[in-house]
Amino acid sequence: MTTTMPEVRESAPPSGKPVRVKRGGGGVMSSTGLYIATGVATFLFLVPFYLLVRNALSTDAEITGENWKFFPTDIQWGNIGELFSDETVPFAQSLWNSAVVATLHTVGVLLVCSLAGYGLARIPYKHANKVFYAVLGTLMVPTAVTFVPSFVLVSSLGWVDTYRGLIIPGLFSGFTCFLFRQYFLGFPKELEEAARVDGLGYWGAYWRIVVPNSLNFFAAMATITFIQGWNSFLWPLVIGQDPGSWTVQVALSNYMTNQTVVFHMIFMATAFSILPLVFVFLFLQRWLVQGIAQTGIKG
Amino acid sequence: MSTTKTRDLARPAPAKASPAKPRRGLRGSPTFNFWLFTGPFLIGLTIFVYAPILWSLWLSFFEARFTVTPDKFVGFENYTYMLTNDDFVGSLVTFTVFAAFIVPTTWALSLGLALLVNRLRFMRAFFRSVFFLPTACSYVAASLIWKMSIFSGVRFGLMNTVLGWFGIENIAWLADPNPPWYWLVIVTARLWLQAGFYMILFIAALQNIPDELYEAASIDGAKPGWQTFWYITLPQLRATSTAVILLLLVAAYQAFDEFFNLLSKTTWGRPPLVELYYKALGESQDYGAGSAGAVILTVLICAVTLLQGKIMGFGRGEESK
Repeated sequence: MTTTMPEVRESAPPSGKPVRVKRGGGGVMSSTGLYIATGVATFLFLVPFYLLVRNALSTDAEITGENWKFFPTDIQWGNIGELFSDETVPFAQSLWNSAVVATLHTVGVLLVCSLAGYGLARIPYKHANKVFYAVLGTLMVPTAVTFVPSFVLVSSLGWVDTYRGLIIPGLFSGFTCFLFRQYFLGFPKELEEAARVDGLGYWGAYWRIVVPNSLNFFAAMATITFIQGWNSFLWPLVIGQDPGSWTVQVALSNYMTNQTVVFHMIFMATAFSILPLVFVFLFLQRWLVQGIAQTGIKG
Repeated sequence: MSTTKTRDLARPAPAKASPAKPRRGLRGSPTFNFWLFTGPFLIGLTIFVYAPILWSLWLSFFEARFTVTPDKFVGFENYTYMLTNDDFVGSLVTFTVFAAFIVPTTWALSLGLALLVNRLRFMRAFFRSVFFLPTACSYVAASLIWKMSIFSGVRFGLMNTVLGWFGIENIAWLADPNPPWYWLVIVTARLWLQAGFYMILFIAALQNIPDELYEAASIDGAKPGWQTFWYITLPQLRATSTAVILLLLVAAYQAFDEFFNLLSKTTWGRPPLVELYYKALGESQDYGAGSAGAVILTVLICAVTLLQGKIMGFGRGEESK
């Protein structure tokens, strides 16, 4: 009888459970052909990884020798120790730099862009649309194209060769902000309204209700952002002029163009530069896939 | 009688729920909160994105060698200089051709892989991971593997070893622009690096195609295979294809990493960004011309993506819901 009880919304329709329905009909390829094609493609996709590991664990003679063999005869585990004990090559330092840069880059991007995305999506303000278009406008200008003026700016701030210079200019990604806005537009309003009833302001509701309920999306964005941060090359190349501030990518690039190459060292260094991301792939692939699906489709 | 009583009892309830009235003061003010949330981002955006763009525009109209605070206004001289510079224009033309080739190729390969993986019954997750794994690899690392192992110009390179089995002479893949074998190196590296990423997009899109469409088609007598692919799958993937092609186009013009690393000491196959890198940060430190080049490249990228949007019909694919 009483109409005072807040109307309970029907729970969302049972959303797409991963029930796999068989697609109508077979296809152009028979099942055998399908698996042969997959096998060939798999081989081609894995060969570069194999070569990397193979060469990293070989002697130079076996990498460059006359009779090149697909499988090395004896595996040189000692190459790992050699890489990190070589004083002339600051490789450990560059790994550390990359770890610091990629981690802080990820934390910073997520913090700054998610807040902005939430503000644009959810806080009523009469000029919010104009601000949003100002953010969208930056997507028209490819970031790599502005590296010259950005470098000039950063060097006039005295940030060359510093973590600040490597990290801060890359934090303000219009695209990530845009993705967060799109995500928050779809966030259930009821949760926030409940928080407001309980006396939380925007800030409190954001940290106590919105963020804890969006961890999946944050994880997806974090994984992608970390990979981008770890693999980025042009900006660290421009900023890292002193070998002490090289990230792994810049270090590798320098080893490659160096005339005095020690093959097994270079390959070992490359293997180590990929290793952290392989771990990311093994353990976080679920979020990564989700993040990419969201990024690309909305993009 | 009793009904009025229950109603009376129910009365106090709304009073309890009423504190939901909007809060006043700074903490509850939407305007304040809007700036609180977006402020840090907008300040950063202004300093590190808008300021460099505007500064770059400004520099492009000045003679700015070895300085970023020039005072000699030269009008469009930097632009005419860059547009008559054979190296720069050549690289713009080359990379338009490069984009026209690499974009459809990557699109087709990643779609093909997605269809392949999507049809697998066993170990689908495993194969998806295999094709996806190169995304973990940086362009620098891939360039290194390609340059020093697979396409090494000497006898021990994998390709030359394999070709040697068929009695083919060693090929200097990167060191000789005639014939331009270096494109094969670059294209294969790029395909290997990118295909898995876009494959993920296509797999997600493929799984969003409602099964009813395939059922309806089979009732209507469509043959599974090319017919369903051509009339159902491909049109349904239109939105994703548009997005993928857009991303690929922008990426092709912004190519830098692998070219810089694979062809560092050479004068051929330089993408626009490498040209700009040497122009602005190389010996001459010509920021004016470098900035003008950046503006030209931006305009070109915008024009190409707008053209692509026109051709593919931006937004037309969004009726999927």
